[in-house]
Amino acid sequence: MHALSLRNLTKTYNNGFQALKGIDLDVEAGDFFALLGPNGAGKSSAIGIISSLVNPTSGSVSVFGHDLKRERDKAKSCIGLVPQEVNFNQFDTVKAIVFNQAGYYGMPRKLALQRTEICLKQMDLWDKRDSISRRLSGGMKRRVMIARAMVHDPKLLILDEPTAGVDIEIRRAMWKLMKEVNEQGTTIILTTHYLEEAESLCRNIAIIDQGRIVENTDMASLLARLNLDHFVLDLAEPLVMSPQLDGYQVEKFSAKVLNVAVPKEVGLNHLFSQLSAQNIKVVSLKNKTNRLEQLFMDLIESKPVSAPP
Amino acid sequence: MNHFIAFKTIVRKEIYRFLRIWPQTLLPPAITTALYFLIFGKLMGERIGAVNGASYMDYIVPGIILMSVISHAYSNVVSSFYSTKFQRNIEELLVAPVPNGVILAGYICGGVARGLLVGAVVALISQIFTDIAVNNAMIALTSALLTATVFALAGFINATLAESFDDISLIPNFVLTPLSYLGGVFYSVDMLPAIWQKISLGNPILYMINSFRYGLIGITDVDVPVAFAMMGGFIVLLTLVSLILLHKGIGIKN
Repeated sequence: MHALSLRNLTKTYNNGFQALKGIDLDVEAGDFFALLGPNGAGKSSAIGIISSLVNPTSGSVSVFGHDLKRERDKAKSCIGLVPQEVNFNQFDTVKAIVFNQAGYYGMPRKLALQRTEICLKQMDLWDKRDSISRRLSGGMKRRVMIARAMVHDPKLLILDEPTAGVDIEIRRAMWKLMKEVNEQGTTIILTTHYLEEAESLCRNIAIIDQGRIVENTDMASLLARLNLDHFVLDLAEPLVMSPQLDGYQVEKFSAKVLNVAVPKEVGLNHLFSQLSAQNIKVVSLKNKTNRLEQLFMDLIESKPVSAPP
Repeated sequence: MNHFIAFKTIVRKEIYRFLRIWPQTLLPPAITTALYFLIFGKLMGERIGAVNGASYMDYIVPGIILMSVISHAYSNVVSSFYSTKFQRNIEELLVAPVPNGVILAGYICGGVARGLLVGAVVALISQIFTDIAVNNAMIALTSALLTATVFALAGFINATLAESFDDISLIPNFVLTPLSYLGGVFYSVDMLPAIWQKISLGNPILYMINSFRYGLIGITDVDVPVAFAMMGGFIVLLTLVSLILLHKGIGIKN
């Protein structure tokens, strides 16, 4: 079953800007789905339409089989949104923010209090329940928004750049949290500028650019289309010039660090032979993890993605 | 989907908001109106004498009560809903399955509650200066309720269309306050020259104040049924405009 189906979705703003030019997209139930794109590509418009914050110009949105126009209540009840920016009343307590949201979804008081407690405990915020929300740290505010989005137990959770501007410790904690939520059966749609985040969390991906979907596939297939692996080599001795290594693209990061692009069909043995022959000693080697970044740049710059070997 | 729970949630949140900041919402009208009663009613009123058979103090009490109801019903909704827009926590309501009518009803009830509560506070203050025997409590309460609803709706429309904090102070300062003062709070329209009497009849607040005054002291410059019909008409019209704005997402959605 599709958690989300978009059909020929368009959005033209009053100033004439066409943010979406007919998008078709399906997200399977239970998926952890990445929706990526550069700034101004149409991601926020798409997320806004799905979560009823933006009126579409044309097209349809269906959430777990419920059309957003015809079965508004059922469709909306399936969705939880964690927006990009803090948008709760910063003078309210943490508990009031989550509890009131349960009320907006028609939840009776007793159940709303139970769900509020469950969600705040899950987000490790129960001790802060009576705190005024503006006094919370940035990471805590993000977690309040996740608790608020989950209080009505949505089947589809939309996370719009949930880790933007938070430190690496909080980001890692939030990744763990998102994985747990997804493992419990909640479909997650994630938009992010951290491609490493999408690569490590998401199973399927759509890339949107200039109002159109330019790629929609599973993460593994997309990454398999790369025929180059990038390695970072730490050297024992500094180099004056970048070495010539036949069959490899070499970039000198610093005197003792090289970035080497290794074609999959060539492999690493030949690389080390040449390095040994030139008396270059390698102390350590690591694979660059942001492989998605190159693909992303290729796609939005309309370059052909490197063909498989 | 139980929309009544959503409605109750909005109303409770709104009432809690203005009670939490009572030094800003309930205390100032108590002090200001006490000064009105003291200066205009007591000190000057004794020199002015009776108006349409009532002491000047008794004559101005209904107008001052209703003026407080008008300004607080309006300002509660305009400031609360505009802040909700400004802080973007309107998105909490838009994401959830809350019908537009429920959003509107919730905010209007919050505004009416504050308007009536402030009206009650001012009425209590007035008891220090005079002792009014209520002529018709039902007419007085209905007038206050309808007036508060009209201005809560007007505040909602103002908040929806406002793009800055300046926009939410323009109408109260340049429209509501002059119309209230010219609506017969401190005088009877009979005291005006003929041309100004006719012009005053175009001021809707005149009808509201006079129907409320009739309810409290049994004196009015207008027909009470006409005043009720006019307020009912305004409520229908402003509700329709508010719902259209919400439906189209004007000022709220992109």
